[in-house]
Amino acid sequence: MSETAHSKTDAKPKRTRVARPVTPYWRVVRAVVWKDLRAEVRSREMINSMILFTLMTVMVFSIALELDREARESTVTGVLWVTIVFAGILGLGRSLAAEKDRGSLDALLLAPIDRSALFFGKMIGNLLFVLVIALILMLLLTILFNISLMKPLLLAVVVLGCVGFTTVGTLLSSMSVYARAREAMLPIILMPAVLPVLIFAVRSSAAILEAKPRADWFPDVQLLAVADVLFIAAAYALFDFVVEE
Amino acid sequence: MTDYSPQRTKILQGVTIAAVVLFIIAIYLDLFWVGPEKTQGEAQRIFYVHLGSFLGSFISFGATVWAGFAYLRTRNVSWDIFGLANVEIGLGFAAITIVTGMTWARPIWNTWWTWEPRLTSVAIMWLAYAAYIMLRSGIEDPERRRRFAAVYGIVAFASVLFTIIIIRVRPDTIHPVVAGPTQADPEGGFSVTGRIRDTLFFNLFTFAVITVVLVWHRIRLENLSQQVQWRKIQVLSEL
Repeated sequence: MSETAHSKTDAKPKRTRVARPVTPYWRVVRAVVWKDLRAEVRSREMINSMILFTLMTVMVFSIALELDREARESTVTGVLWVTIVFAGILGLGRSLAAEKDRGSLDALLLAPIDRSALFFGKMIGNLLFVLVIALILMLLLTILFNISLMKPLLLAVVVLGCVGFTTVGTLLSSMSVYARAREAMLPIILMPAVLPVLIFAVRSSAAILEAKPRADWFPDVQLLAVADVLFIAAAYALFDFVVEE
Repeated sequence: MTDYSPQRTKILQGVTIAAVVLFIIAIYLDLFWVGPEKTQGEAQRIFYVHLGSFLGSFISFGATVWAGFAYLRTRNVSWDIFGLANVEIGLGFAAITIVTGMTWARPIWNTWWTWEPRLTSVAIMWLAYAAYIMLRSGIEDPERRRRFAAVYGIVAFASVLFTIIIIRVRPDTIHPVVAGPTQADPEGGFSVTGRIRDTLFFNLFTFAVITVVLVWHRIRLENLSQQVQWRKIQVLSEL
């Protein structure tokens, strides 16, 4: 036996960089988003299950917490974000799993395009689904909890939070599709990684809902934006390594 | 057989003994040499181990990021083993940090655990690296496992940064900040001067050495276990 474990080197993927990709970057992104949207509009398998899940979660919360007026006001942001996260995980898990099971992931990877464009396409698609869910949820909570969530500032925080969440989520779900028991793996690896985004999102939305002064929530929003930018940069740099075959 | 040079094994034995000796001295300093702190009394002594083990986990998780980048660049398997070793050692140290912190908090804060930013974020940090181990065990193809582990080791460091930053930006924490500025009014802070400072620095140094030694041993253990597996496959193929 000549080969010992600690001198082994895995094969590096051959990188034949296309000097100038044939398709412009943003057209690739748009094409991937468009493909996902069209597939979803035709099948409606993801968005329907996410909407039903959202409805049920809100029901379970109001039963479990036996909400009176005060309890509703203090828990509404928690309910909002927990539901967004769980419904989001539902969607993220499907997004790449479906692609892999049908074998279309290989076709996408074979295309002479930047892998990061593929990532942003997938991520924007997921983001749109999660945002639709978030909007429906906010409307639902406004009606059922009788607390107006339709504030522009809150909407902005929800968008920022969802951007961070779907960025990490898309990156990690493209890893978890290869795992055994992938439905269980995604929440386990996603939750702790995405928490910096979630904590700031929950805190700033709670402060905005209680109509606190700007100084109370603005630092949290800033940190949320910083976390978003960092995660987008990390995902941009690392996605290549996740999908290389 | 292992192909380690005898000199390197000697060095490892040397630093191992040094680490044990340093640890004994450090414990002596903590328990006897440094006097009880003015307001907190004897309970404050656990702080040296608390901060020391946090330094250990910080070094380990930082090294995991380094290992991740190095693996992705060179694809050398030993970087992956280095990353795995660091995560496991770091998890152990983080657990010690949490347990010693709780032990200290019981007399000082009058509670084992409270949901304040620092405690929450360090618990999340621990979970993130536990998820790293889960992810590794869930992926069968070894090459892909190494690649994903490298990526996740880098992403999970966000939770470490978060833990370090949070008590410096959030004004509502009650966790003391020993070094650097804070906006908060923590419960149970004290000034780090004189013997307390000397003991602290000695403990930090000791825990850094212990971290390196443990990681080194863990790497050798992993190499051995991979060789055992390799042998098993060989024997089976000869049957």
